[in-house]
Amino acid sequence: MLFTVLTGLITSSLLVPFGKFIKTKWSILLPFIPVILFLFYLWHVPVVANGTNIVQHLAWVPSLGINFDFRLDGLSLLFALLITGIGTGIFFYGRSYLKGHVYFDRFFAYLLLFMSAMLGVVLSNNILTLFIFWELTSISSFFLIGFNNDSKASRNSALMALSITGMGGFFLLAGLILTGNIAGTFVISELFAHHDQLIAHPLYPLIVGLICIGAFTKSAQFPFHFWLPGAMKAPTPVSAYLHSATMVKAGVYLLARFTPILGNTELWGITLMIVGGFTMIFAAVHSLFRTDLKGILAYSTVSALGILTFLLGVGTKDAIVAVSVFILVHALYKATLFMVTGIIDHETHTRDITKLKGLRKVMMPVFIASLLAALSSAGVPATFGFIGKDLIYEATLNFKENWAIWLTALAVLTNIGLVTAGFRAGIKPFAGKLPEEFRHVRLPYKSMWIPPMILAVLGILFGLFPGVVGAYFNHQTANAIAGGETDMHLQLWHGFNIVLTLSVATLAAGIALYFANNPTEEKLLALERFNVISSQHIFRRIGNGIEKVASWYTNTIHNGYLRSYHLKIILFAELLLGYKLWLGGPVRIDYANLTPLSWYEFGIAAILLGAMYLIVSTKSRLTAVVSTSVIGYCICLMFVFYSAPDLAMTQFTIDTLTTVLFVLVLYKLPPFINFTSRGVPIRDAIVALGFGVIISLIALRVLYEPNSTAISDFYGENAYLLAKGKNVVNVILVDFRGMDTMFETVVLSIAALGVYSLLKLRLKSSEKE
Amino acid sequence: MKSAILQTATRYLLPILLLFSFFLLLRGHYYPGGGFVGGLVASIAFVLHSFANGTENTMKILRYKPLSLIPIGLATSAVSVTFPLLFGLPPMTGLWFEEPIPVIGMIGSALFFDIGVYLVVIGVVLTILFTIALND
Repeated sequence: MLFTVLTGLITSSLLVPFGKFIKTKWSILLPFIPVILFLFYLWHVPVVANGTNIVQHLAWVPSLGINFDFRLDGLSLLFALLITGIGTGIFFYGRSYLKGHVYFDRFFAYLLLFMSAMLGVVLSNNILTLFIFWELTSISSFFLIGFNNDSKASRNSALMALSITGMGGFFLLAGLILTGNIAGTFVISELFAHHDQLIAHPLYPLIVGLICIGAFTKSAQFPFHFWLPGAMKAPTPVSAYLHSATMVKAGVYLLARFTPILGNTELWGITLMIVGGFTMIFAAVHSLFRTDLKGILAYSTVSALGILTFLLGVGTKDAIVAVSVFILVHALYKATLFMVTGIIDHETHTRDITKLKGLRKVMMPVFIASLLAALSSAGVPATFGFIGKDLIYEATLNFKENWAIWLTALAVLTNIGLVTAGFRAGIKPFAGKLPEEFRHVRLPYKSMWIPPMILAVLGILFGLFPGVVGAYFNHQTANAIAGGETDMHLQLWHGFNIVLTLSVATLAAGIALYFANNPTEEKLLALERFNVISSQHIFRRIGNGIEKVASWYTNTIHNGYLRSYHLKIILFAELLLGYKLWLGGPVRIDYANLTPLSWYEFGIAAILLGAMYLIVSTKSRLTAVVSTSVIGYCICLMFVFYSAPDLAMTQFTIDTLTTVLFVLVLYKLPPFINFTSRGVPIRDAIVALGFGVIISLIALRVLYEPNSTAISDFYGENAYLLAKGKNVVNVILVDFRGMDTMFETVVLSIAALGVYSLLKLRLKSSEKE
Repeated sequence: MKSAILQTATRYLLPILLLFSFFLLLRGHYYPGGGFVGGLVASIAFVLHSFANGTENTMKILRYKPLSLIPIGLATSAVSVTFPLLFGLPPMTGLWFEEPIPVIGMIGSALFFDIGVYLVVIGVVLTILFTIALND
């Protein structure tokens, strides 16, 4: 399985050097990558359908418990088939859709990266590896949403999607780490055994919260739903692939994967039911007001994801069977509808359903595909969607007595909205009379309409032979989510019962709504007025607030004046050190313990004071710098008196070079003019004196500390024995702490490179703006 | 700053100071000195020369950009750190010749490490100073 993940990653990076090559007719090679992967997973279907799990283990960072553990069970297989199968269609479709585009190679590099990452998410048997792939999908999605990088709206949407899913990723990581630490393992298949331990742990509510936020942000659940409609700025193949069929389902996948680990509790069920239930009805209503084809599909996708979350929350065996089927149902019809939308947009250059009419006359095969998908989405009998909807109703009806009626009502209302949305996106553009402006519209390349056609036909075929599909694809999926045996009983005909009545009622109501109400610009604008209280608006305001705080911080604290930095750093050090000293009580000075001062020490003190007076009083920068180096040399002399020749030598040379450096820089400055007010030097004097006093006090206090010589004794004794050196200082530098020295030289080199590149960098006048 | 005295003096001071810096480098393991101080003294020698004769002339003596000394130095240190790996020893293990070499004294991996530091220090100091001096 590792190779299926790596193939895409490697090909993706190969597209960097071979981009030009792949833009030619050889681009036909690209779709065969998902084809091969799809066949590989299809070949595994019979094995997995028997209930066998295929496991692969590859050590990566074993010391941290991060390994390439892959595991193929029913749930993983269903997703892997969707990813590679729909991926195949999208690759053929996208090749024609973006024919001749400047960034054709880049597009497929991102798409391949995404496909690999998504396969990694669903195949990982290790929650940390899962997380890494999870973030990779967010990143590839960011690049694909912002693919039209010259459009500001695209860039904003990409950033919005990345911030929401990235934020969710943080929460998810925290949740995963907590889970792993409590259970003592990061391997998913081992976590199943820790279910009882996890739900009994006091941190359980926190874990559920964190993991749910991760999943809800990814799967666009309320209140994080708004990034998904924004993500429709991406080219349509991307919307079809990432933002309806696969990536947004990663959140649902995660919840499904964690159901046997964290589920079967009231907290888990009620959280998912409330969030999913609200999202599905909220988005279904929203989709009715959209006039943009992609907008309709985006909101109906959010609604469908809500249904899946909601069903996972319901959590009964019936509900889980419904989840396993509805994932497939939705992927088939929604990818088709998106691809059809892409064709319409590509050929007519508009997606406004108030303008689109009668296109069936010019693109009949597209209409057939679209119609079949719309019928499946509406749940017309003999389609796969019909079976999916039946199972949803069955799940809600069989829930606890007094809840069943409300849940069913909610599901029916949502589905009415989805029926209407499906018809509007799938049938409306093709119905009616063909306007004059669309007469020239032609049928696109075969590679663009055949993939949606295949998916749409599958939606019908699966509906006709539900028993086979259920046995091979959905049964083990449901078992994997439920963590036990489920009853998979997909049938074309259930007989006349309440479920069928509800199904027909939904269909009738949806069709009635389709004819009764037409979305217009005015209604959309009326809805926009409520945006002030929408979560999107609130998130944007939070973003603006953060920006304001950051700019305030940058301007006041981080203002770019070296003197201001110095003042703040020293003041802060004074506060910390002063506080610590104050805690330690009064400092006593034991004069008897100090060595008597000699006459040359007095001499040096006099020179020091003189130099200091010069620095403060002089009006010449050069005098000040030279006086500073006089102080440095005096300190060197101190080192010499107290027998530290190494230190003295280094200090001496460094002081010399610093002075040279100062002179070189000061030489280029204009003459010194004093702009500061009288108060500033006084303030600086107080800070400086305070720092001096504190350092002196610390030095005096050190005399009272118990004198531990264990470390210096060790170095003294072992320098020659272990490192064959007699100069302990040097031995420490080049041997005992050699690694430190090594990295210090690296730091020095970086500093030099920094100075070099800053001063040598000459922007061309065109680049300066 | 054109001074005949300084120019004449640096002509002799440059080789002497360089020799002294190398002396400091070699004796570092036994007496005060070492790669860091040695490198600083060598840089001071070149800085003095550039003060007397102009930075352009010093660059001519150096032939190569001081920047190129940095990777050479880093590589020398890195090799001396990883060299023991070839013998199956952990990195940074001190390896020494059995007998001292005349004039130079004991030679071991620590010396090469110090030579690396020496070269990096010269490279860093001269890069920073000369870049600023030549920048206008």
